[in-house]
Amino acid sequence: MALDVSQFVGVFLEESFEGLDVMEAGLLDFRADDPEAINAIFRAAHSIKGGAGTFGFREVSDFTHGAETLLDQIRQGERGMSTEIGDTLLAAVDCIRDMLRAASDGSQPDTQRVLQTRAAIETLLGKAPEAASDASAPAEATGGGWRIGFAPRPELMKTGNDPLRLLADLRRLGPVTVRSDAEAIPPLAELDPEACYLRWEAELHAAVPEAEIRAVFEWVEDECDLSLAPLPPATVGPGVNGSPGTNGAAAHTATPAAANGKPPATNGSPAPDGARRGEAGSIRVAVEKVDSLVNLVGELVITQSMLSQMGSSTEEFDLLRLEQLREGLAQLERQTRELQEGVMGIRMLPISFVFSRFPRVVRDMAGALGKSVELSMEGEDTELDKGMIEKLADPLTHLVRNAIDHGIESTEKRLAAGKPAAGQISLKAYHQGGNIVVEVADDGAGLNREKLLAKAASQGMPVHDGMPDREVWALIFAAGFSTAEKVTDISGRGVGMDVVRRNIEAVNGRVEIDSVPGQGTRIVLRLPLTLAILDGMSVRVGEETYILPLTAILESIQPTTEQLSTVGGKGRVVHLRGEFLPLVALHEVFGIEPRARRPEDGIVIVAAASEGRTALLVDDLVAQHQVVIKSLETNYRKVPGVSGATIMGDGKVALILDVDMLLRLRRMH
Amino acid sequence: MAKILAVDDSTSMRQMLVFTLQSAGHQVIEAENGQTALQAAKSNPLDLVISDVNMPVMDGITLVKSLRALPEFKFTPILLLTTEASPEKKMEGKTAGATGWIVKPFNPDQLLATVQRVLG
Repeated sequence: MALDVSQFVGVFLEESFEGLDVMEAGLLDFRADDPEAINAIFRAAHSIKGGAGTFGFREVSDFTHGAETLLDQIRQGERGMSTEIGDTLLAAVDCIRDMLRAASDGSQPDTQRVLQTRAAIETLLGKAPEAASDASAPAEATGGGWRIGFAPRPELMKTGNDPLRLLADLRRLGPVTVRSDAEAIPPLAELDPEACYLRWEAELHAAVPEAEIRAVFEWVEDECDLSLAPLPPATVGPGVNGSPGTNGAAAHTATPAAANGKPPATNGSPAPDGARRGEAGSIRVAVEKVDSLVNLVGELVITQSMLSQMGSSTEEFDLLRLEQLREGLAQLERQTRELQEGVMGIRMLPISFVFSRFPRVVRDMAGALGKSVELSMEGEDTELDKGMIEKLADPLTHLVRNAIDHGIESTEKRLAAGKPAAGQISLKAYHQGGNIVVEVADDGAGLNREKLLAKAASQGMPVHDGMPDREVWALIFAAGFSTAEKVTDISGRGVGMDVVRRNIEAVNGRVEIDSVPGQGTRIVLRLPLTLAILDGMSVRVGEETYILPLTAILESIQPTTEQLSTVGGKGRVVHLRGEFLPLVALHEVFGIEPRARRPEDGIVIVAAASEGRTALLVDDLVAQHQVVIKSLETNYRKVPGVSGATIMGDGKVALILDVDMLLRLRRMH
Repeated sequence: MAKILAVDDSTSMRQMLVFTLQSAGHQVIEAENGQTALQAAKSNPLDLVISDVNMPVMDGITLVKSLRALPEFKFTPILLLTTEASPEKKMEGKTAGATGWIVKPFNPDQLLATVQRVLG
């Protein structure tokens, strides 16, 4: 029977990637005094090796074997941990990840690196790459068969072994005659009913290799006396009358040892069918989350039946029931909201999924740049939408790399400035007013205002010396903008910050920068809780309704004539508490006939955008709701200034506004 | 048909064991470490236990010792899943009271052949 185990490959890959993360985190944070840490690393390597072999990833299994051996020696205290070993093991983690990824999505593993790392591990283990050791050496077959003496020790049955089963097993190899010897059975009074007193002598009439017979008794070789002699007429081979336990486990060891000799990178065995199931399609959900959903649905059904009973009752509906109806509806609302939160919760993952990569990124980068950098992380348990987590990985990595490369100064400069030699990078995640906030902060040199302004001016950007800091910092988001004096391998090519901003805005988030010269830079990402639902404010412009993300709204005012002025004959601004905010009239942007012709008759919403604050002119505020985001791009096409659409309670479609884009649209006009 | 307890902390390995054993008509109970396995074993009569060695919370060797200490598991066959080809590891399992071992990697046919051998 050929059973197909490829259906488990997806799960195997998923848990292996998790195991690799465990190994990586453990190696980065290695402490010799914590035995459970090294055990966890070892176990992860061990599971990957075992699973890889079972699910057909032979190269991965072979490769992991070396790392596992090394880890085992450390675990047993035979070898200490060193930077060299740590680096080699981290490289091995990368290689294994690479090879498994190759197996799952068909990409090419870095064969060169795999070979180098393998060689490095073997050097550490103090052995040359094993030549294909032919473990099947004593495999001589005899013509006439074998005489087998099998004398179990009394305790043999206590390990769950049964001598009769072993003898039956022998029968698989050929015709057998068995004679039992009951001489050793003691008088009844002395007999231990759980002990084995019988011995057997068997003759196997088949030309099988000695190893095959030993394999039958492999499990009990320490619990019996086994003698093997070829039956005449036999060609007498050397070492035939083997004493028990000497060249025992030959048959079983043959397979792994021979496999060791093969180079790992030959891409020989193709991944089994179904291996390309990546991580994309599935989410792991804690059982409690699912249970609470089932629970909620149960409650919902009860509420529904209560309400429907009220409606279908044959009696007239009287006002006395009104209270009951209200209660039912309130209950329905609460349960619907809980259900919604629960369902959203299924898509939530802790941000540690992204954060966990940074100890490695920081270690590698700081090493490459010769800087000393310490990383601290807070709020790793903060949960985010799975889709958001995936989209956050690249921008965050970019920000961290930037902070190390441009933010943190060289050790000499830091010491000269009276700072500790090691730079600090801190990653934080927390909830704030319906948003998830992720911060990347460094204690480096901070952004240089003059340099940024000069650079922007030289690139023909409209800047002036009186610009507020926030707008100056925002210049680094412009495409092709880099103030790095030299382009390094790591950053400074001027592609990056604009991509970071675009990625964050694509998930309805916002980027803010704070920087103090000499003290460091803090970049704050404000993200919505989920990609699917938005807390919004509906506003009216003429006959149309638009939705503004609540996270973007700071306040709303009814402007007085004194607060409004026109700058340079074109742009209008609102003067609010000493600050001039650009006024964007939505009816002009969308070409609608407004109800309020004059701004004084409408409402001005002060909204936060990545580039600063702005004032949006609308006719009226309608209500606050949660709206389900529908993509315009998939259903229609991309519309500037609009991030999506939603269906309102009355069935009409309302567009969801993108404040950042609106502000940029205004600039262009 | 036999009642078998399959113990492994790796989900994929456990699923593979369960699938293979079930498709051979066995009834399978699963556990993800020695401790949960011990609990499951105490409430179920079993014909065979198949367990991984390296597991968090309680490893396979400790599981074997604990099972052998229970009167109803005195003679129950217990097989350890091991990638260790080294004789010492196997002997450690044997000394603890394991019946035998299955060396990883194995394919479903090898697993069933070994199970067949133990169950007779």
